[in-house]
Amino acid sequence: MPELGPLTERLAAALPPDAVVTDPVRLRTYECDGLTHHRATPGVVVLPETAEQVAAVVRLCAEHGVPFVARGSGTGLSGGALPRTDGVLIVTSRMRRIVEIDIPNRRAVVEPGVTNLAITEAVRDQGYYYAPDPSSQQVCSIGGNVAENSGGAHCLKYGFTVNHVLAAEIVTPDGDIVELSAMDPGYDLLGAFIGSEGTLGIATRITVRLSRAPEAVTTVLAAFTGIEAGGRAVSAIIAAGVVPAAIEMMDALAIEAAEAAVHCRYPAGAGAVLVVELDGPRAEVEHQFAAVERICHDSGAFEIRVAASAEERAAIWKGRKSAFAAVGRISPAYIVQDGVVPRTALPRVLAGIDRLQEEYGIRVANVFHAGDGNLHPLVLFDDSVPGEAERAETVSGRILDLCVEHGGSITGEHGVGVDKARYMPRMFTDDDLGTMQLLRCAFDPRGLANPGKIFPTPRLCGEAPGVRKGAHPLVEAGLAEQF
Amino acid sequence: MDARDALEATGVAVRVAGDEDEVAGVRPRWVALPESAEEIAAVMRVCAAHDLAAVATGGGTKLHWGAPPKRCDVLVDLCCMNRVPEHAADDLVVRAQAGVTVEALARALAEGGQELALDVPVPGSTIGGLLATGIAGPRAFRHGTARDLLIGVTVVLADGTIAKSGGKVVKNVAGYDLGKLFTGSYGTLGIIADATFRLHPLPAARAWVTATVERPVTETPGTWTDEDGLTFETLRTDLAGSLATMVPAVTESPLEPSAVEMDWPDAEGPCTVAVLVEGAAAAERAKALCALMGGALSDAQVTEEPPPWWGRLPELPARGGPPGTGGGGDGGEILLELRNAPSRLAETLFGFLDAARVTGFRAALRGSLAAHVLHVALPPDTDPALVAGFTSQLRAGLGEEARVVVLAAPAEAARRLDRWGHVGALPLMRRVKERFDPDRRLSPGRFAGGI
Repeated sequence: MPELGPLTERLAAALPPDAVVTDPVRLRTYECDGLTHHRATPGVVVLPETAEQVAAVVRLCAEHGVPFVARGSGTGLSGGALPRTDGVLIVTSRMRRIVEIDIPNRRAVVEPGVTNLAITEAVRDQGYYYAPDPSSQQVCSIGGNVAENSGGAHCLKYGFTVNHVLAAEIVTPDGDIVELSAMDPGYDLLGAFIGSEGTLGIATRITVRLSRAPEAVTTVLAAFTGIEAGGRAVSAIIAAGVVPAAIEMMDALAIEAAEAAVHCRYPAGAGAVLVVELDGPRAEVEHQFAAVERICHDSGAFEIRVAASAEERAAIWKGRKSAFAAVGRISPAYIVQDGVVPRTALPRVLAGIDRLQEEYGIRVANVFHAGDGNLHPLVLFDDSVPGEAERAETVSGRILDLCVEHGGSITGEHGVGVDKARYMPRMFTDDDLGTMQLLRCAFDPRGLANPGKIFPTPRLCGEAPGVRKGAHPLVEAGLAEQF
Repeated sequence: MDARDALEATGVAVRVAGDEDEVAGVRPRWVALPESAEEIAAVMRVCAAHDLAAVATGGGTKLHWGAPPKRCDVLVDLCCMNRVPEHAADDLVVRAQAGVTVEALARALAEGGQELALDVPVPGSTIGGLLATGIAGPRAFRHGTARDLLIGVTVVLADGTIAKSGGKVVKNVAGYDLGKLFTGSYGTLGIIADATFRLHPLPAARAWVTATVERPVTETPGTWTDEDGLTFETLRTDLAGSLATMVPAVTESPLEPSAVEMDWPDAEGPCTVAVLVEGAAAAERAKALCALMGGALSDAQVTEEPPPWWGRLPELPARGGPPGTGGGGDGGEILLELRNAPSRLAETLFGFLDAARVTGFRAALRGSLAAHVLHVALPPDTDPALVAGFTSQLRAGLGEEARVVVLAAPAEAARRLDRWGHVGALPLMRRVKERFDPDRRLSPGRFAGGI
């Protein structure tokens, strides 16, 4: 492990007086992100205020061969911002300026530490909003959203972060400041950068697309006796050609938890609730609402509520949005899983999850973005019971197997990070992963940008093509493979 | 074994190339016709072993776009890869081989009441070709472009490695998104074997509102006095008031049109604006938009069919030539793509008008006023020097943020101009190329900076 002392001195010289943190107690506050069971105290933390300062830090890291990890608000759920004890954590919390709001061009330019919701709040009065809406939108940063390609409940209709970012100024792992723009011809480097989880560089300024607020929004809550009936309604809505802004489902256990936590007053006796949100031109929404109401009724909904006001809409969403935290009321500990299956495979996968619950004696509460098959099973366990945490971990992993077996993905929006790197070979071959890492090698041949995330086995890049050297020391030590 | 024998030994159909197989004027030696990703890989392994350069083609409709390859031994023709292995209608997802034409795909999807919401503007384009060139059409404003609808891809690299990324679910953040990287890559990173897209239900109804703007840009003689009191004769240019007010009113309307297009076939004449509304209550919403536009343009009307030019690239015939001879793979096509910020519509149109003077007003413009990607055609017989002049005039007029790319131009004209203009991240793109294709065997030189 390289000694960080000399680097720390140079960082202090390059940054404002209070921008370098070395105090062990303060360093501990950065030891994890939203996935708290992975912890590592960073070697040094820096709090730059400008892109130039970020670039200076990265250049120094490159010079000293020290790894660096970027962190926004630390809300990530895959350990993507897990620090390195032998590295520098670059925190963007002081880069919080909204640089420009440009309504005629439907765009805003922001620094990476700006929160997701702050953009919408800045333009709401003018009839616009920023579409991606991860559940953590009040605190999560745009820089983090770019790293993770964050989605949210409404991405069924509106897409993900990658569909709403027009340009990004990034600091490459060499410390160069480069503008990636959707306007440029050629390789879509902007698209490839978004969702690369901090392994290709750090976004220091982001131009986002603003969306026009829809003329009408209708939110429907439909209660069913069981998940199967709710699932039938989801399929029928999609088959009818309706693309709702969101379709969310919760099962009985998730409803019970939400009720205990926030008293959302969902219909009593519901084995599943469906939240369907329609938005767009009023005439279209009215038309779609009629279809959705009829479908829910035909699928066996025993109660259908329609939000008549913004307050009623918020009340319907409250139960759904609180679900993750709410399971804390019914279980001492839990794992939030994030997997995706083709929508049509939902009934089979849910049945599979039921079987896992029985087999391992572990309860699973199901909350999901039903419209796009994105499951968030909450695997409940009691960490004071010996062996239960391990069984919960097994169930959680086997749920991912179910997703992959049914043609889905190991992550829909939380990212791979450090948590799921070991599952990547279940979805991708060595050739797939090796090819992805060619991109990594182009941006970061020395592997200093957020190492240990996404890929289970780092690919050694070698020198620039054409130059060949002897075996890498890591290969000789059996720690890495040379492709 | 020599290269030809090695190619034959793969079992892939191979023939000797003819004149019709030329890639932007460069004639390959052989044409290989693989039927699967594995067969593409076999061909690429032979290319690697025998140091052969390869260029992929689908419908051949845009093969004359981009710079000529520095070398081309094998044309990898994907026309046999024309199957749609999977259409999961209930999941709104389709996987298609690279050689499937957009028309064939549209027919297959329409049976299930669905569509790939890309209006590919070149008939006969294949899935692979539309991804490699990143070309889009009117509804990019509503649905985005190919990169936004692509959810998975299988590619074959120069060394024969077969790799996939993404998958067949729309929501998926596992691993890097190679599909995005390959979009707009002009075949220089690898060969796209198949692609998976998210689909949309066919809209319940569609309606267009069209209107004419007599003079999109007005010029009025006037005078201008400098700080020393000297007076000069000037020409004052203004964007037609109708356009200036109508375009933002329509694009920002809560009636949510799917596309707003403009066709200006003759820089000295009028232009047509057409707006598409789709989905439930389309007719009703179109009427409301018509009323909105009618305030500025008296002839605004709702139609059930698009205007004939809708969703097609502009074309200009040679002087005296019959219409329809300007475009397509005849080698004479001169086509430019302009991108600018929506608020700079006036500068874009002034820039076009100014540049058109260079060619004696023989230039046509068509494209999106909402997504703000416009295409300009010049007649195929335009003097090569004028094409270069037109291009630089356009770049100068459109402002720093704009991008002007020459998609297609005859060799003589292309030699005199910079096809790509400013490409911001070119050094990074070069590094990506070096990693994916270190020996420069895939479409070498076809993209910017010699990539």
